[in-house]
Amino acid sequence: MADKRLSLDELIGELRSGMTIGIGGWGSRRKPMAAVRAILRSDLTDLTVVSYGGPDIGLLCAAGKVRKAVFAFVTLDSIPTDPHFRAARQAGAVETMEVDEGMFYLGLLAASQRIPFLPTRAGLGSDVLTHNPSLRTITSPYDDGEELVAMPALPLDAAVIHVNRADAGGSGQILGPDPFFDELFLGAAQRRYVTTERLVPTEQFASEGAIQTMSISRLLTDGVVETPGGAHFTACVPDYSRDEAFQKAYASSAGDADSWAAFSRQYLELDEAGYQAARMEPVATHTGGAR
Amino acid sequence: MNPDTDVSRAEFCAIACAEVFRGDGEVMASAFGTAPALGARLAKLTFAPDLVLTDGEAALMVGAPALGTSASELILESHMPYRKVFDVVWSGRRNLIMMASQIDRTGNQNISAIGEWAKPKVQLIGVRGAPGNTVNHPTSYWVPNHSTRSFVEQVDVVSGVGYARAASAGPPASRFHEIRRVVSNLGVFDFETPEHTMRLRSVHPGVSVDEIVEATGFSLTIPDEVPETRLPTPEELSLLRDVLDPLGLRDREVKS
Repeated sequence: MADKRLSLDELIGELRSGMTIGIGGWGSRRKPMAAVRAILRSDLTDLTVVSYGGPDIGLLCAAGKVRKAVFAFVTLDSIPTDPHFRAARQAGAVETMEVDEGMFYLGLLAASQRIPFLPTRAGLGSDVLTHNPSLRTITSPYDDGEELVAMPALPLDAAVIHVNRADAGGSGQILGPDPFFDELFLGAAQRRYVTTERLVPTEQFASEGAIQTMSISRLLTDGVVETPGGAHFTACVPDYSRDEAFQKAYASSAGDADSWAAFSRQYLELDEAGYQAARMEPVATHTGGAR
Repeated sequence: MNPDTDVSRAEFCAIACAEVFRGDGEVMASAFGTAPALGARLAKLTFAPDLVLTDGEAALMVGAPALGTSASELILESHMPYRKVFDVVWSGRRNLIMMASQIDRTGNQNISAIGEWAKPKVQLIGVRGAPGNTVNHPTSYWVPNHSTRSFVEQVDVVSGVGYARAASAGPPASRFHEIRRVVSNLGVFDFETPEHTMRLRSVHPGVSVDEIVEATGFSLTIPDEVPETRLPTPEELSLLRDVLDPLGLRDREVKS
């Protein structure tokens, strides 16, 4: 079994400006935030970000890293919208491909299966087709003759997901209730990275959870990075729940340039160890911010 | 409170949402917002006992626990992660009440953006699953703040698909399409007109038809006789107040 362990810096070193990058998780849940923070500190730019969007998209937009966002929603769950993404959209600062969340799933699935599209009813009649003129429909070759949306594959140059446990060979274990679409993000990508709360010996998986929790196979991974607290401030149950106070501070930092600068200085202009130390301090919510 | 009945506006909204599930068998009831969540639970405990409720995370749960019940107290019966939710959505075994930031005369819904999509005045959450939901299974909407800003002539971004759009997209879009109801803090609406345009179905007691017309940005079909939203039975009222919502969350969403 190959040893796929990497440092966070080595992972970022595998990425290039202009890439299409898939980010696992869902909303403000089990996001590979340590990797996102590392991208913020890097000189990577001009990225196309493909994500069931949460603060990953918000942070990357706030830092000017995003050329294009591919999404069905961007939400912080307990706060309905991400104010940083909202600001970027309202300034017309990012290109977008906005699709139905089921279409998004089929795009990843098609890319994983190396086929050009998958047919679906989702999208028919909606402005998803109006606003994405490149989307096509396809007529069933069978007797029904139904005309359906041909959701194109969403191939990724790279993907990063965050899991509860992983081993050095790149197998990953998701202990929370929902594996989301993480497996498909990896399947759709050329370069595939897993960050994990804890690297464990393979034989420890069985004592952590049932076989169904061992959902990320090493067939799907090129590199694995141990990042304790690496999903903070998003939820990473059962290891930790969402840090609501911190998330509130993040959201309110979108209020004005000074708040964002202060938030960046306090949390983002540090390496990951520095971030993990800083976030243990009591959080001061910047009040004047938009919610 | 309605002085004649002692039933709050929020309670009428919950009853109206419960009615959305009448006649449903074993389907997954998904409900966003407080009144819809109460409605689905109330329907399950009374006239739609086979409904299957979700825990809001990744499971189907037993019974109809009170709003605010902690996750550790729920009894789960099946795993329902998002990937499997699509199997349910696309099979049609679901009845959904979702929110609408804007809704229009033919039942289009918008939760994507206000203003021009390319550079919106206000970015909302995104289309989410609305396009797929509306062409696959019955969908209804809950609008807790009925006004000319939410009930508009034409939504800015068609997220959930209305009748005219579904019809023009052809049989694959209209085959399983049904916008069953719109429930607002003022009344209940449906699309039971020849052209499937919005019709006032009932007014909540204490609200006048004129008030609804005033708060609606397009021309509604108004029957000669507009009934009032029905009263909860004593049993339903006690379920709402004592069992399902002892914390009174409903009255925070909709003021009396």
